[in-house]
Amino acid sequence: MSETLALHAPALVILLPLLTAPLCFLFSRAANGVWATALLVSLLSFLCAAFLLEKTFDGRVLSYHFGGFPPPLGIEYRIDMMSALMLLIVAGASLLGLLFARRSVARELPAARQSAFYVCYLLCASGLLGVAATNDAFNMFVFLEISSLAAYALIALGGDRDRRALSAAYNYLIMGTIGATFFVIGVFFLYAATGTLNMTDLADRLHALPVGSRSLYAAEAFIIVGLALKIALFPLHVWLPNAYAFAPSAATVFLSAAAAKVAIYALVRFLFSVFGLDFAIGGETLNAVILPTAMIGMIIGSFSAIFARHAKRIFAYSSIAQLGYMMLGIGLESREGLEASFVYLFNHALAKSAIFMALGCIAYQQASMKLSDLHGIARDMPWTMAAFTIAALSLIGAPLTGGFIGKWLLMDAALAQGFWLIALVIAAVSLMAVLYVWRVIEAAYLKAPTGRRRGAPRAEAPRREAPFSMLLPLWIAALLSVYFGVDTRLPVGAAEIIADSLEAAGQ
Amino acid sequence: MQTLSLLALALPFLGAAAILLLGRLPNPRDIMMIAVSIGTAACVIALLFLYEDGKTHAWTLFALLPNLDVAWHLEPLGLLFAALASALWVITGLYAIGYMRANNEKKQPRFFACFSIAIGSAIGVAFAANLLTLFIFYEILTLSTYPLVSHRETKEAKRGGRYYLAYLLGTSFLFLLPAIIWTWRRAGTLDFVEGGILPGSMGGMEAALLLALYVYGIGKAALMPLHRWLPEAMVAPTPVSALLHAVAVVKAGVFAVLKVGIYIFGAAFLSEKGASEWLIWLACFSILAASLIALTKTNLKARLAYSTVSQLAYVILAMALATPAAMVAGALHMASHALAKVSLFMCAGAIHTASHKDEIPDMAGLGRAMPLTFSAFTLGALSIIGLPPFIGMWSKWRLGEAALSSGQSWGAWAALATLLLSSLLNLLYLLTIPARAFLSGAEKRVAMREAPFLCLLPPCLTALACFAMVFLIEPLGDFLAPLAREPR
Amino acid sequence: MDNALQILTEDYNAIIATFLMMIGLYIVMSRAHLIKKILGLNLFQNAVFLFYISAGKVGGGTAPILTGEAGAIYSNPLPHVLILTAIVVGVATMGLGLAIVLRIHEAYGTIEEDEIAQADIADDTRDEDRE
Repeated sequence: MSETLALHAPALVILLPLLTAPLCFLFSRAANGVWATALLVSLLSFLCAAFLLEKTFDGRVLSYHFGGFPPPLGIEYRIDMMSALMLLIVAGASLLGLLFARRSVARELPAARQSAFYVCYLLCASGLLGVAATNDAFNMFVFLEISSLAAYALIALGGDRDRRALSAAYNYLIMGTIGATFFVIGVFFLYAATGTLNMTDLADRLHALPVGSRSLYAAEAFIIVGLALKIALFPLHVWLPNAYAFAPSAATVFLSAAAAKVAIYALVRFLFSVFGLDFAIGGETLNAVILPTAMIGMIIGSFSAIFARHAKRIFAYSSIAQLGYMMLGIGLESREGLEASFVYLFNHALAKSAIFMALGCIAYQQASMKLSDLHGIARDMPWTMAAFTIAALSLIGAPLTGGFIGKWLLMDAALAQGFWLIALVIAAVSLMAVLYVWRVIEAAYLKAPTGRRRGAPRAEAPRREAPFSMLLPLWIAALLSVYFGVDTRLPVGAAEIIADSLEAAGQ
Repeated sequence: MQTLSLLALALPFLGAAAILLLGRLPNPRDIMMIAVSIGTAACVIALLFLYEDGKTHAWTLFALLPNLDVAWHLEPLGLLFAALASALWVITGLYAIGYMRANNEKKQPRFFACFSIAIGSAIGVAFAANLLTLFIFYEILTLSTYPLVSHRETKEAKRGGRYYLAYLLGTSFLFLLPAIIWTWRRAGTLDFVEGGILPGSMGGMEAALLLALYVYGIGKAALMPLHRWLPEAMVAPTPVSALLHAVAVVKAGVFAVLKVGIYIFGAAFLSEKGASEWLIWLACFSILAASLIALTKTNLKARLAYSTVSQLAYVILAMALATPAAMVAGALHMASHALAKVSLFMCAGAIHTASHKDEIPDMAGLGRAMPLTFSAFTLGALSIIGLPPFIGMWSKWRLGEAALSSGQSWGAWAALATLLLSSLLNLLYLLTIPARAFLSGAEKRVAMREAPFLCLLPPCLTALACFAMVFLIEPLGDFLAPLAREPR
Repeated sequence: MDNALQILTEDYNAIIATFLMMIGLYIVMSRAHLIKKILGLNLFQNAVFLFYISAGKVGGGTAPILTGEAGAIYSNPLPHVLILTAIVVGVATMGLGLAIVLRIHEAYGTIEEDEIAQADIADDTRDEDRE
């Protein structure tokens, strides 16, 4: 039984949401029915992903040949530790987001568009899962675009509540499509040089080619830039703040936890497994490009977050900074750096989704996300803010949370190579995180609610606590971010295996 | 032993949960806190007696990262600090109950719960077996005392809280964490080991730099110029100032400094490389400068705060002298200052509760109305100044002895001179307060009563302890002797 | 000189495609009208597709559809397949983009980027007044 599952799980984990989405659209318009189906499918997908993770923990690599065509002729799904971890993160984020979404979407979206939300959500999830699972370069492009298009639609669905979501979605569309096209140009260059699209085959054939070919330089450059856009690496990050701030809350929860991270996965896959560090552009050049842009992104993201006054925007800018952390670990190009990045990635997904869920709970009860309208909200919504504080501590990197483990490993990786300046920057940026996080916590806990609200009489009904179905996934994420700060075997163990295999492949 | 120490660690945290649960019922809640504090103190004192030198008492809780455990161990310095914190918790707990009720402070469940967690994390710091565990509990201490500092939620309280967090989190993120990871890289371990883990892995310059990172990274030790948070945090209710800033928080800071000096660097390594020479001068400067600033302050708590900064620098000076005898002197001073300072702060709070006066000039003649309070204050002041037969004199004496025998000529003389000069300054800025209270302002007939009983008893107890502890000097010295031992 | 001539005669598809790509990108960047931007994007994408189809042509080859003739030379079918997929993606993108533009028009009353940006800034300032 387990063996049959092992045979088909790589495909199931993606196909379930992918096929259910159009079926939902065709056969049901009742939002609750669509939601329930989406939840069921997400749960099944998550279980498959967990199963795959367990299988790959002992070093196995699972492979699925679509249509029975063996690679490199056919399209292959190849699940190793890195893919399995990403699958788990995406499926987990999708599950949590869906648990959260029912009430949130019901309040934020007009009834007519709610089922469309879930369909787009499922498509986005399946796209991201596909990117993580596939071993075919062009297939990766297709799935990347599936997830991106669904993401544009998800963000635009927030347009009924705040019209800035529409312009955010449009800008994201333009930039994202340019990025994806760059990516596909790179893929085509690779195909032209080697005649294959299967990534393992590509890796073999590339290493048989002489170094110094201009078209390979160009290919690598195009792929890096294209993916950097999806990762919101400085200076290609401008689409992210508005997109995360104005999308429907459930969409932001999912996207912030999963979308950019899958792009990081894709980048690591190409840089380390396909190209290998010393090939084409070469390690030192990469180092010189990725490290500075990552650091600038960290600093700029944090600075913008400190000066922002709109709660969701603060944490959208924070995401830019945190993605910079992950790219920093990759830019260090060492085993420790890669391990740090993946641990940080895992823990950040939990912390960020919890934070956006808390903000979504607040958005459920009031329209405004202005900091001045959040004064004293901890009195009215104690459970929400308590979970927010826990997740915020993980974001800062307080000990006994997952964020601390990630930060420790990252600083360790930097100091191992003697980059004391980078270690200082990491420390300084997490201090800046304290600044913007503490502003929200202070507003919520220590300030009295502002009496004046636009047009409302003074004696206004106090904001109530969020409903249980929204608090449940919020608390699950918050508690998990503490759990993985204490019992670090899963993230650190997985990251070690990933780092080892990438280092071996990159040789 | 293991269960006892685990109990001592866990009780405060469990107590905090219980306090939160009993939130609405003031009497059960306060009784719970007293019970938990007595229980914790009993566990620690039992450990104190059961401790045998030469046996290892170390246990691992769990592994956080490969090769990095969260673990605890018992050794003299840590046991001393834990005993101090837990015993004084009982006394200041009583005091806090009295103070909070008399002043009708709100949000008491949160207050007492955070208080308990803070003590629990102080004990965690005391028992930490490696730098990682120390860091974890150190940060929990910072985070749990923040709600206490900004308890009153006024503008000044929030400002004070911000300074508090900014300085403490800032120093630990920017300096302490990199220092710890650097040590990890160099030594391969973070365990506290007799004789230190760094000898043999780095040269003098690097050791000096690393030491600087540690000393400034441990922001709770309030070394100048990163001392500002301490006076800013005086905006908290006095029980907070008393326990946390005279005993638990700042003591955790100097305790950590001593621990790093003894068990990470090793006294021999430091003096051999001369890595702490610069620190002697800096500590002397801190002692004198803080005392001078204290002279200029008219707010009682502010003056006491700067006095604390000055006294903490004594312990840092002890560590910087880098001889085993100096380390023991530093540990003794940690204890004596705790007892004396806590009395002074509790008296200040009693004065505030009874008369609502915070400025020293206003306290002229108050001594007649509040004789017990000011007597306790005088006893505490005498201990800090270092007059016999109070325990403060012994710790200063030992420090002076250690300075003389340390052999580093200029630094040692500077240390001695500083000790003498600062004692003079202490006299000036401390004794003038009860002097003015008792001896001047005869015209002002102040119709005032003494402070409430629960606010009066604790400072009197601790002030008497400053005197009574003198009889324990011998056993204390013997207990701390392992610190002075040369590594085998 | 010889080299340049060689590139001109043999790799003219690359030059033309690059030209079109850059024109497309330029339109995206320089035009403020939202639909024009989408058209520029489409042009950019199609130029890429054009490049690859033309790169897949085998000299003397015919369209890659089996005709049953013996000894027939076919152009490389794989780029065709890939580009078909990519065209579909491009069509979907364009459709989604135009749908968003429609919604923007309903919400903002304009489809000029600078006016929309101004409206957004006004929204932002209203949203982020000093505490």
